Amino acid sequence: MSETKKFMYVNRHAPYGTVYALEGLEVVLIGAAFEQEVSMAFIGDGVFQLKQGQDTVDSDMKNFSPTYRALGDYEVNRLYVERESLEERGLNEDDLMPLTWEDEDDDWAEKKSIHIVSRAQLSDLLEAQDVILNF
Amino acid sequence: MKFSVMVNEGPYTHQAADTAYHFIDAALKAGHEVFRVFFYHDGVNNGTRMTTPPQDDRNIVNRWSALAAEHDLDLVLCVAAAQRRGILDADEAKRNGKDADNIAPGFRISGLGQLIEAGIQSDRVLVFGD
Repeated sequence: MSETKKFMYVNRHAPYGTVYALEGLEVVLIGAAFEQEVSMAFIGDGVFQLKQGQDTVDSDMKNFSPTYRALGDYEVNRLYVERESLEERGLNEDDLMPLTWEDEDDDWAEKKSIHIVSRAQLSDLLEAQDVILNF
Repeated sequence: MKFSVMVNEGPYTHQAADTAYHFIDAALKAGHEVFRVFFYHDGVNNGTRMTTPPQDDRNIVNRWSALAAEHDLDLVLCVAAAQRRGILDADEAKRNGKDADNIAPGFRISGLGQLIEAGIQSDRVLVFGD
């Protein structure tokens, strides 16, 4: 397949409580093999998926938050987090996992994967996509 | 136009499966093409032939099977989501040591790559869910 499309995975749910975040992440990992132009967006309670220090021991849920750290290795390195959603939940960038990727075109420099964007900026990003899958 | 559709919710609990069905039915009647229907999350429960709704209600599973037979629709259940929820075809049942399968006619089980491929091949992908 020669055609490259812009895929954006929009994450709207908290990591636990429903299965949307976990199964959504599975789609992103499989999709990474197709060499499309991939990004992820985190809005609403979806911003909680990236929160540092997730501990699921008492709830007996699978803590899949370490998987987000692997996204950079899959060349999924544009994670857009909506600023308003963070603020509405009393969070800021420091509360999120420090996700990075290595840029092979820049002497493997380590770069941040998370970009905090405004609601208006995210709207423009959504407008630019070919395929939007929301979870 | 060439559409693909993703169905993310189970039948009866959520109207997403109904809305997706009616959209696809209308699109096909209007002469559009539906490349694939991909069932994910609880949406895989649209594909079990064991579904037995009351006589006076719509049969969502049979409705999908009939639409697939009429239009040669490609109805795909995600294998990982289906295994979690106990939806199996004969091969998957054998492979996982289960004593029965329950996939409905017209459906097939395959991987998430089918969803990404649908996104690449189609003009539009519509997601029906919560």
